[in-house]
Amino acid sequence: MEPVTMAKAINLSLRDALTQDDSVLIFGEDVGTLGGVFRITDGLQKTFGAERVFDTPLAESAIIGICIGLVLRGFKPVPEIQFDGFIYPAFDQIVSHVAKYRNRTGVSMPITIRVPFGGHIGAVEHHSESPEAYFAHTAGLKVVAPATPGDAYALLQSAIADPDPVIFFEPKARYYLKEEIDTAREVPIGRARVAREGSGVTVIAYGPTVSIALDAAKAAEKENISLEVIDLRTLSPLDMPTILESLRKTHRAIVVHEAPVFGGFGAEIVARIADDGFDLLEAPLERIGGMDAPYPPARYEKLYLPDVDRILEAADVALAYG
Amino acid sequence: MADVVQVVPADDPVRPLFSPAGELTAEARSTLGLSPDELRDLYHKMVWIRRTDEEALNLQRQGELGLWGPYQGQEAIHVGTVAALRETDWIFPSYREFGMGMCRGIDPAEMLKLFRGVSHGPWDPRTYHFAPLLIPVASQVPHGVGYAMGSRFKRSDDVVLSTFGDGATSKGDWHEAMNFAGVFQAPVIFLCQNNHWAISVPLAKQTAGSIAERAQGYGFPGIRIDGNDVLGVFAAIRTAAERARRGGGPYLIEAMTYRMGPHTTSDDPTRYRTNVELERWSAKDPIPRFRQWLESQGLLDEAALAAINREVEAKVETMRNRLRATTAPAPGEAIFGRVYQHPSDSFLEEREEFESSLESN
Repeated sequence: MEPVTMAKAINLSLRDALTQDDSVLIFGEDVGTLGGVFRITDGLQKTFGAERVFDTPLAESAIIGICIGLVLRGFKPVPEIQFDGFIYPAFDQIVSHVAKYRNRTGVSMPITIRVPFGGHIGAVEHHSESPEAYFAHTAGLKVVAPATPGDAYALLQSAIADPDPVIFFEPKARYYLKEEIDTAREVPIGRARVAREGSGVTVIAYGPTVSIALDAAKAAEKENISLEVIDLRTLSPLDMPTILESLRKTHRAIVVHEAPVFGGFGAEIVARIADDGFDLLEAPLERIGGMDAPYPPARYEKLYLPDVDRILEAADVALAYG
Repeated sequence: MADVVQVVPADDPVRPLFSPAGELTAEARSTLGLSPDELRDLYHKMVWIRRTDEEALNLQRQGELGLWGPYQGQEAIHVGTVAALRETDWIFPSYREFGMGMCRGIDPAEMLKLFRGVSHGPWDPRTYHFAPLLIPVASQVPHGVGYAMGSRFKRSDDVVLSTFGDGATSKGDWHEAMNFAGVFQAPVIFLCQNNHWAISVPLAKQTAGSIAERAQGYGFPGIRIDGNDVLGVFAAIRTAAERARRGGGPYLIEAMTYRMGPHTTSDDPTRYRTNVELERWSAKDPIPRFRQWLESQGLLDEAALAAINREVEAKVETMRNRLRATTAPAPGEAIFGRVYQHPSDSFLEEREEFESSLESN
């Protein structure tokens, strides 16, 4: 297969899901006729009709709220929330019902909520946020964030097939990353991957920061510093065995995400490492991410977001120990 | 103003059944087609759910329940609504529709596990077509609309009954759901149980306008009816449901009633409302009202009344005994058992650690 962008890979994954399973429905703001503001659902309404791929009124809470009833009616909803910063009106439906309905009733909720997330696109406010920690904190949800086109295809297949609700965060700045994909390859939810092997410091990333970590690893190589990059792929459940396996080699770790460091998902990762891998550590754990300030105006986002230099500096600090 | 669509369709089948004041007309009342047994059964069920409500209040005071939310005064709505629907029609309740659940066949002793602190949802909604009692106000309304949209996609003539209180109409979810229903022509009947109080806040402080008339803004009809007349409720719901089954779309019914008790056992209504108001509504109590009507029609005599009361007391006794004999699931199962269908290894490890910590203590 020709290399495809992540946007196309997700589109293919949705198309295949609609083909394989009549109960799959796709809906949200502008996903029908327009094919979504990022064209992720391009052409799907044309192929599958306006009852399986449809535009909704502009109301996020209802977009998620109707999913509960659609599941009870035998459907598998795959709604799109147009941007990360617009998910908050749906927060109550996600946290109070999507996440808890099975615990309450015993009825599973196979709902996959797709959300383009993260910055680096020079947008106005509310279009560049990383709200993943809110959802990872909520029991009953699974939280997925692919970093590559192949993983985006495969993880979306796994998410839609999963009987539990999944929040599927798509790194919008990587929508145009291209690679050849193998649609037969399965990627289960909850399994991280070693994106690049190394021996000096483990860099733990997910979604948009994976490619930054890989760039940092390439740059570090020139200075004879070996970085191992772990792409988490799934935040909840978190694949601690893969992280600890890497630490047995490197004894040092850096977590990189775009969300603010304070109370961010990295806090959970470093706390777990401290709990389960304390004896492995030879240096303080480092976290790199957004500041404890709202996402800035576009002109300043490069200063706010993690970059290669910040990763290399953190690696230097970690390697200065021992 | 020529562009404004007035949604009072000439073929609205519900409106002609009611007077402008929302009373079922004598003619409509005489043509409902309910047999004497069916009419007596409506009365029987109202007495049964009221006695169950009273008993639940007692059980709460005796420490058998952690909390209770009485529905006294709203029995005509609970009973009339369920009787007007088909069993395959789904009901999406808020938290006060315990009586509706009973009428749907759910064992009240099972349902009370919710208030006993044993389970968040003690029945499978798919068995009874009765969604769980939901506490966040209005959050259940979009769920019902989603189900109704799905019914339409499946070309089914099942309809949805979505019910909520007057307070719910202040919430964004209510508006969003009403709007979706209108846009997708979902077969859903919105039933507002306007009981005049949202905990301590009276209707006048909840909304400055009419709830029923808001339906017009969403592109479908709405009507305000007397919610303390079981036959009026029955007629409105059945007719609106038939309309929805035929593809007529949503309908909003605002049933005027009164919450005669406190919001819950944690509430003290003497702090915010007067006895005068309660007495005024007690005069419209749906149960004596319907009894008197049945008697006036020669459908209920002393012997039948006594038989109903005996049967209800026996059912209440059974419920009490069954509740006291309730078993609770083991803690590990209660806390972890239903969270995920496919739990992760780490989730299962946490459960195991918790369970072994219980054993070692």
